[in-house]
Amino acid sequence: MSAALNGLVLTGGHSRRMARDKAALEYGGRSQLERAMSLLAPLVGKSFVSLRSDQLADPQRASYPCIIDLQPDLGPISGIHAALHAEPDCAWLVLACDLPFLDSATVQQLIAERAPEKVATAFLSDFDGKPEPVCAIYEPAARELVDAWIAAGQRCPRALLGQSDIKLLPARSGGALANINTSEEYLRARAQLAPARPAAGTRKVNVQYFAILREQAGRAREELETSAQTALELYEELRIRHGLKLAPEQLRVAINEEFADMSQPLSRGDTIVFLPPVAGG
Amino acid sequence: MNEFRLSAEPFSGETLRTLLADPACGGFVSFEGWVRDHNEGQRVSGLEYEAFAPLARREGERILIEARERFSVRHALCVHRVGALQLGDLAVYVAVSAPHRDEAFRACRYIIDEVKHRVPIWKKEHYVDGNSGWVNCERCAVSASSGLTASNSPHRHSHEH
Repeated sequence: MSAALNGLVLTGGHSRRMARDKAALEYGGRSQLERAMSLLAPLVGKSFVSLRSDQLADPQRASYPCIIDLQPDLGPISGIHAALHAEPDCAWLVLACDLPFLDSATVQQLIAERAPEKVATAFLSDFDGKPEPVCAIYEPAARELVDAWIAAGQRCPRALLGQSDIKLLPARSGGALANINTSEEYLRARAQLAPARPAAGTRKVNVQYFAILREQAGRAREELETSAQTALELYEELRIRHGLKLAPEQLRVAINEEFADMSQPLSRGDTIVFLPPVAGG
Repeated sequence: MNEFRLSAEPFSGETLRTLLADPACGGFVSFEGWVRDHNEGQRVSGLEYEAFAPLARREGERILIEARERFSVRHALCVHRVGALQLGDLAVYVAVSAPHRDEAFRACRYIIDEVKHRVPIWKKEHYVDGNSGWVNCERCAVSASSGLTASNSPHRHSHEH
C-alpha cells in the first residue's frame, strides 16, 4: 500500500536574482503561492507551505499550514528535508513556487504515474535532461537519502535524484515546468497568464517621476504601453522595471493632475504620477 | 485674495504682505519657514525642493479655501520655494488677514501644517558630510524593502549572506 500523499510548496528561498519574494508575485491577480496551493489542494491529502523561520511573520505564508526548515539555507532540499521529517510516514508532492505555468494536468500525471516502491517520481527536465526535483513526489524512503545527502555536504536535489532509484517520467512538453528567475521573465510570464478580461489589452500611458522616484527611475517621464489595469498594477510593473524601492503603501497617486485611488482603472492617454511621501515647508 | 504660488526665485515676505491689506481686517499673521542648518542630528548644508506643480497649486489653493471657510479669514496667501536653497533662505511664506487676530493665528497655523502634509512638494537635504537624502523617503524606503530586497539597504538582514 502506498503512503498517503501530502503537498508541499517551497517558499524558503531568497529569490536573490528576482530581488523580490517569488511567492508573492502575482499572475492574473493571484499570488504564485496561492496558485500553487490551490492547484495542490484537490489532488493531495494535506498541503503545506515550506518556509524559513524568519518568514513566519509573512501573513500570506502564515495563512497556510507551515513546515519550517530544520536546516535552512541549503536551497530546495531544506524544505524537502523538513517535510520528510515532519510526517515521515507520508509521501510528499513537492512544488517550487516559481513555476507559473504549472497546470493541474501536469501534477495529475505525476500522481497517476507515481511509483511508491521507488524513492521518488519525477519528470525529466527538458532543460538539462536531468530529473526535475521541484515538481516531484518523494516517498518516505527518500528521508534517509536526503539526510545522508545533507550530512555529506551535498545540496542539489537534482543530483540526488539523478543517482537514486526513482521513476523518471518523460519530459512534460508545453513549458509547464518552466521556471522564472528574473524580472524580465516574470513580466513575460505575467503577460502570458493575464486573464482575458473584456477591458484587457494594453494601453499607452504617460508616467511622470518626481524626487526620489525620479532618481531611482533615472528619468523624469516616459510614455509606455502597459497591460496594467490599475495604478497599483502599473506601479508594480514599474517597480520591477526600474528597481523602485518604495512600497506601494507609501505612495499616493495622481492621475491627470488630480489625486486618485491606487485601484482606479487606467485609461488610454492617462498621465500618472506616483507621489512619494511629501515634505514641504 | 486666495493664492498658492510656487517660486523658483528667492522672494521676501515684505513685498507680499501688502497683497493682504484690507480695511475690514484688523489682524495680519504671517509665518516664514527658513532653511535650518541641522535636521534630525545631521548638519545640513543646503537643500532642494521639487514640486509636482499643477497638483501642488491645486491642493495648495484647496488648503487656503479650507482655512478661509473654517476661520473666517478674508485673505490667504502661501508661496513655496522650489529649486536649490541655501541656509537661511526663505523656503515657505504663509500670510492671512482677518477681522480679528485669533482667526488669523489659527488659520496661519492650519495652512502651514496642511501644506507640509498634503502638497506634493519634496525636499532633498544635502549634509555637511557630503551625503544627501529625500526627507520622509529614504528611511522608510529602507524599512519597507528590508524584508525582501535588503541588498541595497545599509543594514542587511542576517539571512543575506
